[in-house]
Amino acid sequence: MTAPAPLNKTIYTWNFKACAVIAGLAGLFLLWRFFFGIGSVSNMNDGYPWGIWIAYDVVVGTALACGGYAMALLVYVFNKGEYHPLVRPALMTSLFGYTLAGISVMIDLGRYWQAYNIFLPWHSNLHSVMFEVAVCIGTYVMVLWVEFAPTILEKYKAEQLRVRLNRVIFVFIALGILLPTMHQSSLGTMMLMAGYKLSPLWRTGFLPLLFLLTALLMGYAIVMVESFICQAWFKTPSEMPLLSKIAEFIPWLLGVYLLIRLESVNLAGNLALAFNGSLQGNMFLLENALLIAAFVILVQPKNRVRSKMLFLASSAIVLGAALYRIDTYIIGFDPGTGWRYFPSVPELVITLGVVATEGMAYMWVVNKLAVLPKAEHA
Amino acid sequence: MKERDFARVQEKLNGISRRDFMKFCTVMAASLGLPLADASRLAAAVTAPRRPPVIWIAGQACTGCTESLLRPSHPTLEHLILDLISLDYNETLNAGAGYQAEAAMQASIKENYGKFILVIEGAIPVKDGGVYCMIGGRPFADIVKETADKAAAVIAIGSCASWGGIPAAAPNPTGAMGAPEFLKGKTVVTIPGCPPNAYNFLSTVIHFLTFGKLPALDDKARPRFAYGRLIHENCERRPHFDAGRFAVKFGDEGHRKGYCLYKLGCKGPMTYANCPAILFNDVGSGAWPVGTGHPCFGCTESGVGFTIPLHTQASLKYITPAAGHPPITEQRGSGVSVGAAALVGAVAGAVVGGGAMVLKNLEKEDAAAPKKDEE
Repeated sequence: MTAPAPLNKTIYTWNFKACAVIAGLAGLFLLWRFFFGIGSVSNMNDGYPWGIWIAYDVVVGTALACGGYAMALLVYVFNKGEYHPLVRPALMTSLFGYTLAGISVMIDLGRYWQAYNIFLPWHSNLHSVMFEVAVCIGTYVMVLWVEFAPTILEKYKAEQLRVRLNRVIFVFIALGILLPTMHQSSLGTMMLMAGYKLSPLWRTGFLPLLFLLTALLMGYAIVMVESFICQAWFKTPSEMPLLSKIAEFIPWLLGVYLLIRLESVNLAGNLALAFNGSLQGNMFLLENALLIAAFVILVQPKNRVRSKMLFLASSAIVLGAALYRIDTYIIGFDPGTGWRYFPSVPELVITLGVVATEGMAYMWVVNKLAVLPKAEHA
Repeated sequence: MKERDFARVQEKLNGISRRDFMKFCTVMAASLGLPLADASRLAAAVTAPRRPPVIWIAGQACTGCTESLLRPSHPTLEHLILDLISLDYNETLNAGAGYQAEAAMQASIKENYGKFILVIEGAIPVKDGGVYCMIGGRPFADIVKETADKAAAVIAIGSCASWGGIPAAAPNPTGAMGAPEFLKGKTVVTIPGCPPNAYNFLSTVIHFLTFGKLPALDDKARPRFAYGRLIHENCERRPHFDAGRFAVKFGDEGHRKGYCLYKLGCKGPMTYANCPAILFNDVGSGAWPVGTGHPCFGCTESGVGFTIPLHTQASLKYITPAAGHPPITEQRGSGVSVGAAALVGAVAGAVVGGGAMVLKNLEKEDAAAPKKDEE
């Protein structure tokens, strides 16, 4: 494996420009949102106060950004140094994912100018799940910037600062593992609060654990997907040997998840709801079918060394776990008495803009900073 | 017991004094273990006018009507035939048989000439001289004609006796007809139903006993109290009809949820009867055909029951299902728009497309290094 290096290719490709157009469009809608209010761009209502800005941008977005958390757990807690080349790209995705999730919350907050109060201890409500998530994610965004700082400092040759930071960075790495453990499970607790508004197919006391497990699963899976995409896109060298090793323990994690997920519904006697042909039932089936398919692929050792199968399995995990989170937050949620929700076009464009911004930032950073492994014949 | 009541019967009791008679009743009550107050009830029962005799004859019938009569619990069968009426002849319930039974019937008719109630069960075949139903060697049609002339009132029980029912269904090979048609010019009360509800029969009889006349009848000679309303009007599934919720197939979701059976051919909208109001067999709610999930087939309605096929949709007399219904809860918030659906579709397409491109790239890699992978 070669050391990470800037790609130093053309940044302003066709892909970059497409992302810029989407982000620009989202920017226009954002202006609209800040001048005329959330109701003017979004379909969110009193029944569904959380739309895709929360369900996708925050709940799925931060889970997709759990690559940094998952890899840090592997490298620093389980002391598996050989995975270190995967940490930097993972950390970078985490950085973007969490930063943009934080920005999305600001877009979603009706009175965003009050948000700073979260960090004033004399205003804290320590019994609130939402407070826990807000403080935790807010702090983690800062921690991620510190964790990623060495890469930036390298680029600008701030050697003295980098060396000084390296002496204390272990504190931030530790925090970087603690904080996601806390808030990723709390994302599940939030929907536990919804009580009977949540369909029995998702309502279980295991929600926090299931959210934590999906965060880890998506973390590892997105690291793989990302590696394969970079390989196709930026022609970076294959990381198959490392990815195959990660793939070895994913079935264990996924197996435990599926066991808890399906048994919690089954033991409550609600599994029949999955087969009643309703949207909720079908989404439950789709979500679990994707994860079971990934499990079936990865449980066979011969598939774990084939990049094609690995890509399929990791994509299925990302999609299935993301669907689990969207189902829990929107599709399985019924506030009752006729409320319905589907995101409006401006709402969707703003979310797409967030994704496009992430893509642009990714393309810019990998070309300028030493994140991805250098291609052998570049 | 009043002095004048006793005077009426004194002669029959061999001229004993009222005081002696009351003493006798008191002793009887004591020996039967009854409270002394019952002595006066015994006295009243003994001196009451004779219970009205009922002659029940059956032609082309399945005895379902008689079976139905056995079911009521208020009054019970024994109270009915021992205390309220004197059921002098009924082929199904008779203890005796053959000439003995026929003789008993003739004796009763002779004794109660012009006073008894004649109940006709089953259709009357008239084709070929009525040979298709013979009782005691005589055509049923002759027996009906002969007995009806001597009766105080004639009641046709069941759909067969009312208009011919099943025996008269096309092609009607025996020339069966109902009692009203057969006994033209005579008032024949009809209690149609297959089987009829025994309470409708009993109520008619008790009305006759209490007031000495028949209850008000409709144009088909059915008592209005029982056949005045369409089944559809009192049906417990009516709200489903009004809300447009129908079972369309036996066992479908709507059927299991107890929706309206109109689309399965329920004849409730064109059949007059009180089935949904008084139910059957005193076993509680739901004990009637529609309540059990089967469409009404119109057994109380001449021209509907045994005539219109079971699952043909009924013609609605005056109530039609509403074209639209206000929702129970207001829709709030907005659903999916065309633009949003297109956008979500486009994104999904882009993700799948991108995935396919990555997959293609990886396939090349897998193909390039198959041996290395197997190690």
